[in-house]
Amino acid sequence: MVMEIVCPAGTPASLRAAVKAGAHTVYCGYADETNARNFPGLNFDRAEMRAGIAFAHAHGAKVLVAINTFARAGAEPLWHRAIADAATAGADAVILADLGLLAHAAAHHPTLRRHLSVQAAAANADVINFYAATFGVRRVVLPRVLSVPEIAAINAEVEVETEVFVFGGLCVMAEGRCSLSSYATGQSPNMQGVCSPASHVDYHEDNGVLSAKLGGYTIHRAAAGEPAPYPTLCKGCFTTEGASGHLFEDPVSLNAETLIPQLAKAGVHALKIEGRQRSRAYVAQVVRNFRAAVDAQAAGKPMPEGMLARLTEGQAATAGAYKKTWR
Amino acid sequence: MSEFSVHVPVFPQLPALALRCAPVAPMSMALGGFVARLAQRHAGLFRRLGAYGRSRFVIDPTDLPVSLALEPRGGCPRVQVSRGPLHGDARIAGPLAALLGMVHGAYDGDALFFSRDLVIEGDTAAVLALRNAIDDAELDLCAEAQSMAGPFADAVKRVVALAETRTGVALSRREENEEW
Repeated sequence: MVMEIVCPAGTPASLRAAVKAGAHTVYCGYADETNARNFPGLNFDRAEMRAGIAFAHAHGAKVLVAINTFARAGAEPLWHRAIADAATAGADAVILADLGLLAHAAAHHPTLRRHLSVQAAAANADVINFYAATFGVRRVVLPRVLSVPEIAAINAEVEVETEVFVFGGLCVMAEGRCSLSSYATGQSPNMQGVCSPASHVDYHEDNGVLSAKLGGYTIHRAAAGEPAPYPTLCKGCFTTEGASGHLFEDPVSLNAETLIPQLAKAGVHALKIEGRQRSRAYVAQVVRNFRAAVDAQAAGKPMPEGMLARLTEGQAATAGAYKKTWR
Repeated sequence: MSEFSVHVPVFPQLPALALRCAPVAPMSMALGGFVARLAQRHAGLFRRLGAYGRSRFVIDPTDLPVSLALEPRGGCPRVQVSRGPLHGDARIAGPLAALLGMVHGAYDGDALFFSRDLVIEGDTAAVLALRNAIDDAELDLCAEAQSMAGPFADAVKRVVALAETRTGVALSRREENEEW
């Protein structure tokens, strides 16, 4: 069986690029705080979503609508409308994290397939089975903290499909619970859909040294010749007790393309590519690469050589927690 | 450029020298007309800019002796070309080939930024909005020029194709991929 590749689309053009590059499934969100990539110039209005879903379906691909932030008390109708509009537009599933929204979707849109977002940080079989039994969740996106054997152990105990990230940005925190962005800017991916909002990011180059600031805090300085700093606190470079370094997380991206056979063996159903903030050129290149990889895997052929290093954040890649060599 | 650089071609020196002597007022007028035409044909680009459609962007091709200021003004754009420093809400600087390559989908903006082929300063959110809006618009500047060239459209296409081959600069839209 060919593993499903689930590809990002920040814009309608990226959706079309992903589908034409061979994506089985595309995920995207509305241009508001209901989705965790609520950045300037990104996302879909209602008409664009309907057209995007129609385009994907005409090409045999599916569309998942990410409504994966946590609803603000008193403003629930915004999130409820997003779910209803996704259903009306013909979305193949919605990706949710909020317990209240899961209950709402199960009650009011029972035929709309529900996936559990990584923002819910469901990292063990018990909690996954709870989401499946209580809200009819059909697929869970696993947090990026599990090794391949841990994923295999979970899959042995759950009935729902599992989806794992294979390429793109990494989060060091339990997703959906990180408060670093809130601390520096007052806005978070969990509530406003923005991690390190661009309006709070400032880059300044002086004599070849590029400084990155978030919310007024200098979080990294890169000398001439070094990659530009990533503008999040988790990937910042700080000095403490006389030593400087990336205290939370090295600025590297996930690239698990070589682990696809092991992930298939572990029972993973779908492979997710991160990057709704990236360009259509990026989306097309990464999707083509992973489509070739899953097709090769299904045919029992060796994994094709990867060509993706240049596209990674921070220009460096890791297999992340899938290979927990530090244990 | 850093060891992590994407290979970005540099604008040929001879035409760059010519630009050093060319009058900027006609360039501003010509570019302004071209961008106004884009605004008519790609209204969605300006809608996607949202509040940042009122920002002033300084575009600085570092291998050219001129830079330009772009004010989208909600779909009634204004362009100013200058040899001196320009001021705006945000500045985007890099080789012309990188800037055009991003417009045409040949390069990924983040990759160019992290490799430091591209420098941004000022209002980061405005830059992000512009980058995303342009990426979604799937612009083809060669096709736009052809559409304005009337009976000379084929000649424009041939000249652009020749210039692309000679310089390696993406002067027209790159198809992201073949049909799978």
